[in-house]
Parts: sequence; C-alpha cells; structure tokens
Amino acid sequence: MKICVTAQGPTLEAPIDPRFGRCANFIFIDPDTMKFEAIPNPGSMASGGAGIQASQFIVDRGANVVLTGHVGPNAYNALNAGGVTVYVGISGSVSDAVNQFKAGSLQSVSSPTAPAHMGMGGGRGRGRGQGRGRGS
Amino acid sequence: MIISIASGKGGTGKTSLAVNLALSLPGQIQLLDCDVDEPNVHTLLSMKNEQVKPVYTLVPEIDEQKCNQSKNCVNFCPNHAIFVGKKGINFFPELCYGCGGCILSCPNQAIKEGKRQLGVTHRGVANHGVEVVYGNLNIGEPLAVPVIKAVKEQASPNNEVTVIIDCPPGVSCPMVESVHGSDYCVLVTEPTPFGLHDLQLAVDTIRQLKIPIGVVVNRSGIGDRQVYSYCKSEQIPILLEIPHSRKIAELFAEGIPFVTKMPEWKSQFETLFQMIQERYGR
Repeated sequence: MKICVTAQGPTLEAPIDPRFGRCANFIFIDPDTMKFEAIPNPGSMASGGAGIQASQFIVDRGANVVLTGHVGPNAYNALNAGGVTVYVGISGSVSDAVNQFKAGSLQSVSSPTAPAHMGMGGGRGRGRGQGRGRGS
Repeated sequence: MIISIASGKGGTGKTSLAVNLALSLPGQIQLLDCDVDEPNVHTLLSMKNEQVKPVYTLVPEIDEQKCNQSKNCVNFCPNHAIFVGKKGINFFPELCYGCGGCILSCPNQAIKEGKRQLGVTHRGVANHGVEVVYGNLNIGEPLAVPVIKAVKEQASPNNEVTVIIDCPPGVSCPMVESVHGSDYCVLVTEPTPFGLHDLQLAVDTIRQLKIPIGVVVNRSGIGDRQVYSYCKSEQIPILLEIPHSRKIAELFAEGIPFVTKMPEWKSQFETLFQMIQERYGR
C-alpha cells in the first residue's frame, strides 16, 4: 500500500496542506515501514486543471489512498477513476494523519468536499462562504 | 473598413456608441456584436429574417477499449482536460480548448474528433438596413472565443461595407479576439478614476495589436479631468464627447438608440467616422 498525503513541507512533521490540487508537496508513504518520499507538486501553480493534474501525478506513482483537506469535483472524479480512496478533513502533521489512518479512525468520502477553484489564491472562483445561521 | 468599439471597463457605452454609429452612417453597414456572454445590440434594434447557426468546438471522443494507457494525451494536454486511470478515462470538457493535440498524440488511434455545442450565432437585418450578426454563448460555458470567431467569420469581405464590432469589456482573450484584424479601435471610457484605470489597460492591450486608437468620452461632465490629461500625454485623440444626459439615459433604458430621437447627433457620428476613414480607411 502507498499513501499520498498533501503537506505544506517535505517532512513527516510538516502540517497537512488542506488543498489537494494546489498543495505544496506530495508525501508518498508506506504505512508499514513509514518510509516516505516527498515530491513538490508540479501543478501547484497551474492556471487550470490542477486537481486533475495532481490526480494523474499521484495515480501514476501508484498511490492507493489520499489523505488531504478538501477535494474538488474534478479531482474527486479523477481519483475515483484512478481507483484511489480519498480521505478528507484531515489536519495536524503528516505522521499524525498516517497514524489516524492506521488506527482506522478516518472515514473515506463518496463525494467532492470543495467547490471548483477552491485552492486558487485571490480573484475569481474562490469558495463561497458558509451561510451564518441565526440562533432563535 | 472595420472599426471595433472596445473598453477596459464594462458599462461605459460601447453598445450605445456602436448602435448609434451604425444608424448614422451612409452606405452599407454591418454591426457585429462580439459580446457573446451578454449580446445586447439586437435589443436596441428590431431584427428581421434571423438565421441561427450552431457553433461547435472540437472535443475528443475516446474509445476506452483501444486505449493502451500510453498517456501521451495526458502529457500533451496543456489544460489537463484528460485523466487516464486504472478504472477508467475521464474527460473534462470545460477545460478543453479544442486544439485536437490529444487525437494526434495517440499511438493507438483511440481518440476521434467529436464536437460539443458552445452557442449560436444570429444573423439578420435591422432598422435602416443595418445587417446585424451576434453570438450567444450557452449559459455556464467558459469558452467564448470560438463563438466570437464564428461571428467574425460572417463579416463582409467587401471593402465597401463598413463593419462595426461591438466588443466584450475587459482586456482578456475575448476582447483581443474581437478587436484583432480591425483597422481602427475606438475605446469608450467615462471620465472617472475607474474609467481611466481600465482605459490605460485597454490602451496597453490594443497597442500590442498595433491597431490605431481613438477615445470617446461618454457621460462627460462627471468625474475629473484625468482621462483628458492621460490622452493628451499619450497623444491619443479624443474623437467625441457624449454628455451625461438624462434624456440619453432614458432613451437607452427604453431600448431606443438616442440618435433616432435626437437627430442632431447624426452629423457628430458621421464626422467621427470621416475622421477615422480619412486617415485609416482602406
């Protein structure tokens, strides 16, 4: 098994990067040995299609599982077609995330968890804010 | 000759100028509305004998049985519109620009040319014999440029016909595609700091295209004098000023081109056209 974790830095202590397609680094880990390889995301600054590019990148490197913060609709569909199980909503460090996965305390998702273009900095297409409920 | 009417800022009066100019000039006039996201030239005119044509873009049709997972298409596609996985191939049509490179790159001929409709073009004859062509992009469709091209392909090749192009606002691909190939570009602005800011962007863009520029100041009398000093320092002629007028605004709100109710403006538009034609006409 090979797990891919999106991370802000290239180490196991680095915090999770909540963006999937535009994360800073992919960390590929064998959960049994905790041996890992950190690769900077080649598509973090892509003008478009970052989630699809990232999906292809990690699928081609043999990942079966992704641990990240959010995935958009295109990345979700691509990861599904690539046979990758997706876990989202993860925070903390890379090693925390892998330990939670090994303990079986993570739930995989069956739909995208972010709108399109969520991870793009500034300008158009940022995720919509959540409505604020009024207490009665 | 071909005159495009553009602006950096939206809502400066491009359509108003384009329609009033078209209704004021002698000879055969063709008016192309290239603002395919929101065409509105036809709302100010009454069109007859409309012909509607669909506009398509090329898309790949992938035969998964023939795919040998070479991923040449994935590596070729600059927009990452194709994903090849173990459990299937995904194509993302909204990211595809229709270049066809994936088809050529496939070693197994697993990809064929398909098509996807982006919108339509309308062509008809409006008031005063003005021929109008406009594009209408499908709702939610990001690919405007192929529809703009389909409108421009219907421009008259006859040099005797004056072609006026109403461009989309902004300085991105749709605006560049609309202005490209014009003999002259009129930039419409309002004399405000916003108007000036976006005028400067538009001037920088059109200069890259090496098309001569003139400015029409709309709603003159509001704002400040910065647009005028900018044009002076850049040696850009101010061709016409249209005042901030309640009557013009009311007519526009009713969908009436103001030159039809204020005929004294007709000669001003004719003069503007003559100034352009004398120097830049073909």
